[in-house]
Parts: sequence; structure tokens; C-alpha cells
Amino acid sequence: MNQNIDVRGLSCPLPVVAVRNKLLEMEKGILEVLIDTGTSKDNITRMAVNEGWKVVVREENGEYLLTISK
Amino acid sequence: MWKNFFNSRKNIIFTGIFIGISAAYLQKLGNPPNMGICVACMLRDIAGALGLHRAEVAQYIRPEIIGFILGSLLAALIFKEFKPRAGSAPLVRFVLGFLSMVGALVFLGCPWRTLLRLAGGDGNALFGLAGLIVGIWIGIFFIKSGYNLGRNQRTHQLVGWIMPVIMLGIFLLLIFQPHLSSGAVFFSSKGPGAQHAPIFISLIIAIAIGFLAQRTRFCTVAAVRDAILIKDTYLLTGVVSLLLAALVSNLTLKQFHPGFQGQPIAHNSQLWNFGGMVLAGLAFTLAGGCPGRQLFLSGEGDADAAIFVLGMVVGAGFAHNFATASSPKGPGLWGPASVITGLIVCFIIGFSMSDLGKKQMGDKK
Repeated sequence: MNQNIDVRGLSCPLPVVAVRNKLLEMEKGILEVLIDTGTSKDNITRMAVNEGWKVVVREENGEYLLTISK
Repeated sequence: MWKNFFNSRKNIIFTGIFIGISAAYLQKLGNPPNMGICVACMLRDIAGALGLHRAEVAQYIRPEIIGFILGSLLAALIFKEFKPRAGSAPLVRFVLGFLSMVGALVFLGCPWRTLLRLAGGDGNALFGLAGLIVGIWIGIFFIKSGYNLGRNQRTHQLVGWIMPVIMLGIFLLLIFQPHLSSGAVFFSSKGPGAQHAPIFISLIIAIAIGFLAQRTRFCTVAAVRDAILIKDTYLLTGVVSLLLAALVSNLTLKQFHPGFQGQPIAHNSQLWNFGGMVLAGLAFTLAGGCPGRQLFLSGEGDADAAIFVLGMVVGAGFAHNFATASSPKGPGLWGPASVITGLIVCFIIGFSMSDLGKKQMGDKK
């Protein structure tokens, strides 16, 4: 089952830290992340890609849904 | 495609180089030495111009600050990132802004000026840089311990426009320079406040910096924080680029004067150069970014960042009125006490708003 996390409204660096902790805990699988700022979207994407995860970004109504998988 | 264009390493390097060169040339064009750009000093000068303090050598409406916010606003509007938001512990952010300014004015510079002082040959800035890194490192300890100021909320469009409109207002004060019976608007006739590049050159360069920094998320504090916390050196490459570009520009422009003694707008009380920036670095980290970043966030509608900036402005008034700010002679009478008090307050905030405090107080989330 896909895991998910909502980091909307959190200020830097809490979104990327929360997602990173979750990914470290999961090791592999699919994580869906709900984000509301471009900065967090960029930070989380960069972190996940650097750590070997695949990231797909979907933008809707000014918010982002990242699907991170390995 | 354009959205991704800005989010690459070469663009953060370009942004750093652009800021470094711009700062050196703004100095060449009239800004104070090793202070081509300094967010803390420039907010302090604005506080002085508005009469929030009466340090006669530090009163000028710096168009760079106005440009940073307007440039960021422009980028946010073009790239659909203007998102008014508010409500993440605003009063705590105000206090952090206040304390960060108190600390920065003990050292005499923000993280940007720390780099620019180094690039100008000021060895005293090494102690400020060390303090900044220690402050960020303490902030990381709290972040790892679950420090969280809470979520913000999307809010009315109007809220996001308040800070840009304030900037337009003070820009009008700069252009028309009204002189009221109180003496306001105050403009220094001597000292650093009287040294400035032509208004429109400063403004245009600052708008360009604000635009680039909003797109690339440039932040001097996050540069160090992310390298330590999540092993991400993206922002750090931008900061190193800034330092190197300013250094090369200063060498070219004959603005590089290495040494510790007689450095411009600096003192060599190293304990308090260090201590001031520990306080500033910790306060910036607890608030989520350096003062430049807080300006850029203000431009894209983040009212909590705007509150932090207003805290800095009030902090500047306090620092000069209550003798906590340093001068080239050394720390102010209450400078050391203000640093210690500020650190205690930051520790209380970090402790009580993280899991450390929750465990102690039995406060379940």
C-alpha cells in the first residue's frame, strides 16, 4: 500500500526533513507527498533523486503531489 | 521547462556570482565598504531613516531592500508562486527577527555581509562566520529534536500584497524625501548611511537579485544547514560562488585589503564577533532562513517571513537606542548582555517548541 505524507504549511526545512525521515524508514516502496510551495517541491525532489528515488511531480490548483518510488 | 531551468546547480552558481559581483560594484558605485549588500545593515538604515533609532550615521532608505522584495514578487507572479500564507507562530517569528538583528549588529553584518567582509579581506569576519556556523548547528539540533513553529494557512490575496506595498511606500519616501518637523525622514550626512550607490542602479540590481533568488531559493543559512542536515550542497555552491565572485571582483577593483585592524565598519573584539553571529545564526535557523531569504519569501506572499523582517527592523531600532549595537570601537555597552539574553531566549524557544519541551511538559501532540 502507498504511504502518504502531507507537508503543506510547514516552513523550511521541515518538509524535506519529514519526507527524508519517512524514506529512510521505508527503504523502498511508494510515498505520496502533498506540498504547497515550489521551494519544498524543489528541495524534496532534489533530495529524493540524490538518494536514488524516482520522483513524479503533478501540479494541481497551485499544490503539488509528488509520487516518490523505489 | 523554464521552471526547471532555474532549479539547477548552474543557476544557483550564476545567482551567487551575480550577487557577489553586484555587491562589489555597488560598493564601487558608492555603497559603504564591504557592505555592497547587507540585509541587516540595510534594514537598520531604513529603521534609522524612519526615526526608529537616532544613530546619525545609519539613516538611509536602502533601495536594495525594496528591490529584493519587488524582484521576488515579480518572479513569484510570473511563475505562479505568489501564494499569500500566514499564521505559523508569527509572534515567535517577530522575536526571532528582533534577536537575529541584535546579534547581527553586535558582529556588524548579516550572513551576506559576513561573506562580503571576508571577500574584502576582513579577517575579523572569520570569527563571525564561525559563529554563524555554530548558531546554525545549534538550530539543526533543535530541528532534529522535532522543532516546529506550526503550519501556516493560505490566506487572502491582500495579505501577500502588504509587504510589497510597504516597500512602494518607503520608496516614495526615498524619492520625495519629505522633511517633517520631527526631522523625519532622516538621511545621514556622514558615515555609512551617507554612502550609497545611485538609487535606480541599486534598485534595478536588487530587483534582478530578488528575481533570481526567488527562483533558485538562494539562502545563506539553508546552504550550511542543508549541507549538514540532509547532505545537500546545492545552496552551498551558490554561497561559495558568491564569496569567490566578490573576492575576484574586489581584487579587480582594488577593494581587497587583508588584515584584522582598521577594517571598515567592523571591530576586532573576536569573542563578540563570534557570539553575535551564534545568536543571529540560531535565530535565522529557527525561523527557517537567512534575512535575504526572509525578504524573498515576503515578496512571494509569506506573511510570517514579513513579520520576521519587521522584527528585524524593530530590533535595529532597539539595538541602537539601547546601546547593544557595536561600533568600530567595539561592542556597545549592553552588546554582550544582549547576546547572552538573546541566546537564552532562543534556547527557550527551541526547547519549548520541539519534542524536548513536549517530553518535559508532558504535552502530547
